[in-house]
Amino acid sequence: MVARSDPRRPPRILEASHLFLLLLSLLGGTAMAAAPEEGFDAERLQQLGERNLRVVEQAVADIAASGAPESLEVLLALRDGRLYRRQHDDVIVVANRVDGVMLYSDPLLGTLGEPLADDEVTVIRVSNRIRRALSAAIASLSLGSDDAAVRFAAARQFIDSPDRDLLEAIEEALAVEEVARVRQALEVARAATIASDPGQPDDARMEAVERLAEAGTSRARRVLLSMFAEENSALDLRRDEAVAVIDRNLARWQRAQDLWYGLSLGSVLLLAALGLAITFGVMGVINMAHGEMIMIGAYTTFVVQGVLRGISPALAEVSLLIALPVAFLVAGAIGVLIERTVIRRLYSRPLETLLATWGISLILQQTVRTLFGASNQRVETPSWLSGSFELGQLMITYNRLAILIFALVVLAAVILLLTRTSLGLHIRAVTQNRKMAESMGIRSDRVDMLTFGLGSGIAGIAGVALSQIANVSPNLGQNYIIDSFMVIVFGGVGNLFGTLVGAMTLGVTTQLVEPALGAVAAKVLILVFIIIFIQFRPRGLFPQRGRAAE
Amino acid sequence: MITARLLSGRMTVWDVAFLLLLLALAMLVPLLNLVPEAGSGFHLSAYMVSVLGKYLCYALLALAIDLVWGYCGILSLGHGAFFALGGYAMGMHLMRNIDGRGVYGHPVLPDFMVFLNWEELPWYWSGFDMFGYALLMVVLAPGALAFLLGWFAFRSRVTGVYLSIVTQAMTFALMLAFFQNDLGFGGSDGLTDFRDLFGVSLSSDGMRSALFAASAIVLALAYLCCRLIVSSKLGRVLVGVRDAEARLRFLGYRAERFKLAIWTFSAMLAGLAGALYVPQVGIINPGEFAPAKSIEAVIWVAVGGRGYLVGGPIGAVVVNAFKTFFTGNFAEYWLFFLGGLFLFVTLFLPQGIFGWLRQRLVGSREERS
Repeated sequence: MVARSDPRRPPRILEASHLFLLLLSLLGGTAMAAAPEEGFDAERLQQLGERNLRVVEQAVADIAASGAPESLEVLLALRDGRLYRRQHDDVIVVANRVDGVMLYSDPLLGTLGEPLADDEVTVIRVSNRIRRALSAAIASLSLGSDDAAVRFAAARQFIDSPDRDLLEAIEEALAVEEVARVRQALEVARAATIASDPGQPDDARMEAVERLAEAGTSRARRVLLSMFAEENSALDLRRDEAVAVIDRNLARWQRAQDLWYGLSLGSVLLLAALGLAITFGVMGVINMAHGEMIMIGAYTTFVVQGVLRGISPALAEVSLLIALPVAFLVAGAIGVLIERTVIRRLYSRPLETLLATWGISLILQQTVRTLFGASNQRVETPSWLSGSFELGQLMITYNRLAILIFALVVLAAVILLLTRTSLGLHIRAVTQNRKMAESMGIRSDRVDMLTFGLGSGIAGIAGVALSQIANVSPNLGQNYIIDSFMVIVFGGVGNLFGTLVGAMTLGVTTQLVEPALGAVAAKVLILVFIIIFIQFRPRGLFPQRGRAAE
Repeated sequence: MITARLLSGRMTVWDVAFLLLLLALAMLVPLLNLVPEAGSGFHLSAYMVSVLGKYLCYALLALAIDLVWGYCGILSLGHGAFFALGGYAMGMHLMRNIDGRGVYGHPVLPDFMVFLNWEELPWYWSGFDMFGYALLMVVLAPGALAFLLGWFAFRSRVTGVYLSIVTQAMTFALMLAFFQNDLGFGGSDGLTDFRDLFGVSLSSDGMRSALFAASAIVLALAYLCCRLIVSSKLGRVLVGVRDAEARLRFLGYRAERFKLAIWTFSAMLAGLAGALYVPQVGIINPGEFAPAKSIEAVIWVAVGGRGYLVGGPIGAVVVNAFKTFFTGNFAEYWLFFLGGLFLFVTLFLPQGIFGWLRQRLVGSREERS
């Protein structure tokens, strides 16, 4: 077996248990009901600890043949040295390392009555001969599963730890495999096994190296790097070439990954800036308390989640959906209050509005700090938003994807509201010509109030989304206010499409520059870029035209 | 005599009073610190001298902001950056003055550079061992940055809130940059552990008093300069820019040139304020670049009364006296108070304390300058 050198990989012990958990969750329901299966019983388990190798070998084969769902775990445990004998009564137990502590359990009964200490058990050691038998049994067990996902996971496992004893099992599985995804993984596993076995003929290994280069994954790259090849032999040179091919491929994927991160950051910026695009862009009001509206949205999420969890844990799963309207209302109401009491008096004095709203932001921050404390609050991620999936070599997390979609949905909703509803019509009318709108019977002060409330409410729901990825603290808003202004100024004031383009451009540029320069330098560069950009296009990318422009 | 003639008719009774007050402070405060025995009722502790000196530096910063905001209508949310740059220039000189007495005892390199395994001084640190050069940089560094930004901004007519946001982005970007260790300014710790200036220990009573007196005199001189500027023809043009920039352009004035000149001068004043501030507080770090600091300085001017010159210094001292009081007694309520101050002043006291006082005393018939 090839020694693994990559420190980023978790120890095998965890991987095996993950595989097992996967198995359990996928097969568990149906198979467990039929237990106990033939061949998986206390006697066979006991035999695993015998000194007589033939007995052990037979027990391994029997257990593997039993088809019991727990059999794979026991065999994996035996192979990985996690199978123990309890000293006082010779009962066989499986150990799993959880958070650095060994937890022992009975493979037949589940949990033990009382927890065992490490000095009450002796590990069961296996000879090389048993190890080979085990590997074959494990391979056939997992590769023979009815579930494609289990077979896929098994094949991947074999790529990560190629084992020449498994070659036959892999080839057998390959002959009958029908699912393309699993087939591909099995082929790579086969290539990995052949390539890392010095006993194979050179031309077969060459071909395998070729196949691994084709696969182009970091997994295949690891196999290539760890396989043995005589220095400067043809195989060695071919291997170096293959690694280079994979590196180029991975670099392309890395750029795609950066692009994804960029779009994700862009969607966050878009969400944060949308509310501001309305208050600043449409109304021309500088709202320095905009960031605090986002913060209030995030805290609303925190409170809603706490209340719902108190009622029922099941409700906590949907707390984000409930928090959305609540946050909109809370932030919107505070916005309306601010507009009525402060901003209304300062409409003709934009610089004073800036100062007054800054004062409001200080008060709101300190209020939240007094109520909730200065430390970060934990907002749980519901299970339907946690985890990730892979698209080729792209790693996409569900919460980031959800925020991207959510940002676009909110943008679409705002555009629809502005163009298709009577409120939107009034808002646009007041924006373009207040006096004229008033003489047409539009109550402009009411429109101002609603517009400001709308902008604040949208900041509130941005806070709900951002609570999933940002630290929910009283300073949350401060981190977004300057970025939000940059997006608006860059995209063009009073133009929601410009806001979208501005946010995405800034997000993607930041992430593409970041690997080369580091996060802070990238941010500084972007700010400098915008400062210079404004000099040349003072009204942003998409300036307002016609009479609406000042 | 020439000065007297220059100033006649340009100085108001307020200006004279303010300048006299500064001169009196410049003499009285050191006297009260140095002459009476510690513990006597008249003694002013060294700590208080430094606190008062700090207020005067803030007053100078407020004066600089008042000059551009009150007289030219440019609301800068980034004057803290000019203040901090001046402070860093002075801090670099003080760093060089440590002269091998640091923790690591390196003859040339400041401690943080030794810690980062740097071999030699970066080029931009050379020359700072000379006080004259450092003093030059105190005004040149902020001046150059302001000139560059203003050159671009005013030429392309970035005005109003846009300019405010640009200046805020500028100080934010500088803050992020100065937090970086590799920039060579001490990263998040900034520059500190200063020893002496002109060979005199910074913690000695004499030095503290001297720094206070220097702050008062520099403030007085800067005030005089500003008064000369705003009462000259240039000042008239500036007010024109503030009130009706387009009209001034139609009359043939190149508004952007006047703006650029006053903007750069104001940044230099802010740099001087920072340079006087650093030896008195003993540290300069990237926190001084925080946008919140700059905007807080703007509120001093609003509280004192913008467009009066004397309003900026008044506001700076009043607000900071409150800040010292609050943070010492109920720190938690300081932000409530400060936030409330922003609201109260913009809503109910648009002329600030000085404008209000003046109106009560002189009556409303006199127009503000």
